[in-house]
Amino acid sequence: MALTREQLAQRVARELQDGYYVNLGIGIPTLVANYVPEGIEVMLQSENGLLGMGPFPTEDEIDADMINAGKQTVTAAKGASIFSSAESFAMIRGGHVDLTVLGAFEVDVSGNIASWMIPGKLIKGMGGAMDLVAGADNIIVTMTHASKHGESKLLTKCSLPLTGAGCIKKVVTDLAYIEIADNKFWLKERAPGVSVEDIIRLTEGELVVPDVVPEMTF
Amino acid sequence: MAGFNKIVGSYSEAMAGLEDGMTIIAGGFGLCGIPENLISEIKRKGCRDLTIVSNNCGVDGFGLGILLEDKQIKKMVSSYVGENKLFEQQLLAGELEVELTPQGTLAEKMRAGGAGIPAFYTATGYGTPIGEGKEVREFNGRNYILEEAVTGDFAIIKAWKADCYGNLVFRHTAQNFNPMAATAGKITVVEVEEIVELGSLDPAHIHTPGIYVDRLILGSFEKRIEQRTVRSA
Repeated sequence: MALTREQLAQRVARELQDGYYVNLGIGIPTLVANYVPEGIEVMLQSENGLLGMGPFPTEDEIDADMINAGKQTVTAAKGASIFSSAESFAMIRGGHVDLTVLGAFEVDVSGNIASWMIPGKLIKGMGGAMDLVAGADNIIVTMTHASKHGESKLLTKCSLPLTGAGCIKKVVTDLAYIEIADNKFWLKERAPGVSVEDIIRLTEGELVVPDVVPEMTF
Repeated sequence: MAGFNKIVGSYSEAMAGLEDGMTIIAGGFGLCGIPENLISEIKRKGCRDLTIVSNNCGVDGFGLGILLEDKQIKKMVSSYVGENKLFEQQLLAGELEVELTPQGTLAEKMRAGGAGIPAFYTATGYGTPIGEGKEVREFNGRNYILEEAVTGDFAIIKAWKADCYGNLVFRHTAQNFNPMAATAGKITVVEVEEIVELGSLDPAHIHTPGIYVDRLILGSFEKRIEQRTVRSA
């Protein structure tokens, strides 16, 4: 079975380490915050200028001046700091954020990512995604492995305009955990009950498959 | 007006001198920390062919979105403009230009503009459509693109507290782009929730020193919320 959104988030959350500053993108990446492993502390960075993002507010706590990068009302955790957008992107661009998790339309064997623009459709903008992928050394992309029509999103070469070039090393899809190195995809884990054959069939770019591909457990 | 006192008495005085074709840099992220009454004043004045540099363009009927209603905006420089139907219509009709700019690059363009730095190199956007046509230079084995600073004829800012000298404190994440925008305007206009007595702000806690501020006005704010998200108590 392909992973659910929640399981995807759970799998990504296993990459968190104690003391990590983490930026979570909109969508599935946001859910990662719900699965921080017990016994470790992470601090969430929101690129509109908040380090130490807390949970959503209760009805009584709602404050229009307290939002995250998705423009949702949030709270500040104990020990949080708030700063300007320039300061926020200095952290991001300067490589101070330990882990960035974001979604994508496509990734390719060169570590390119396309996540912001589909030509012919309305272009809404890249927000902070280009800065995030350019600045972080440790990035995890979460996405479905293939489109609803079965077209692979793990490609030899991205077909859509790029968000960043040569910056992606780890991808968690609904079918597999894959690393990118030496212009190849390397299959590391598969979703429970998903066959290696299915993953091979739905991966367009060159995929290196080891003899044993462990199943993820939940 | 005496000495360093920046307070003006009316919104028309606050935006006096704004003309057709000018560039305005606006603080705010989404609808958070936007100078909502200064935007209304721009609508009332009816200036046209404006270039607006702001992370977003408000929503239909609120924030910078209201300047689309009478087609006052010629060009938007933004990182994300997806919250606005009128924007979409005018863009598709060719009535509006948009220069999409990565969010961190946008913040740094304002910061550089205000700090007298004409351009800077950044890795952001290298190898993407944003880097096309821009100068590329390699530093320590990595490629960077040259991005130019921005300045505006006006900067419009929303702060929380100010003293009459224009020393500003922002509230929570309503800070966002406001401090950089404040530095990048030839005329920087600030509206605030509260003007406090001179000397009552801790000098070390001031986010934006009054040197950047030309005009200051006390306003009242709707503070609309874009994505109201709650957990149960």
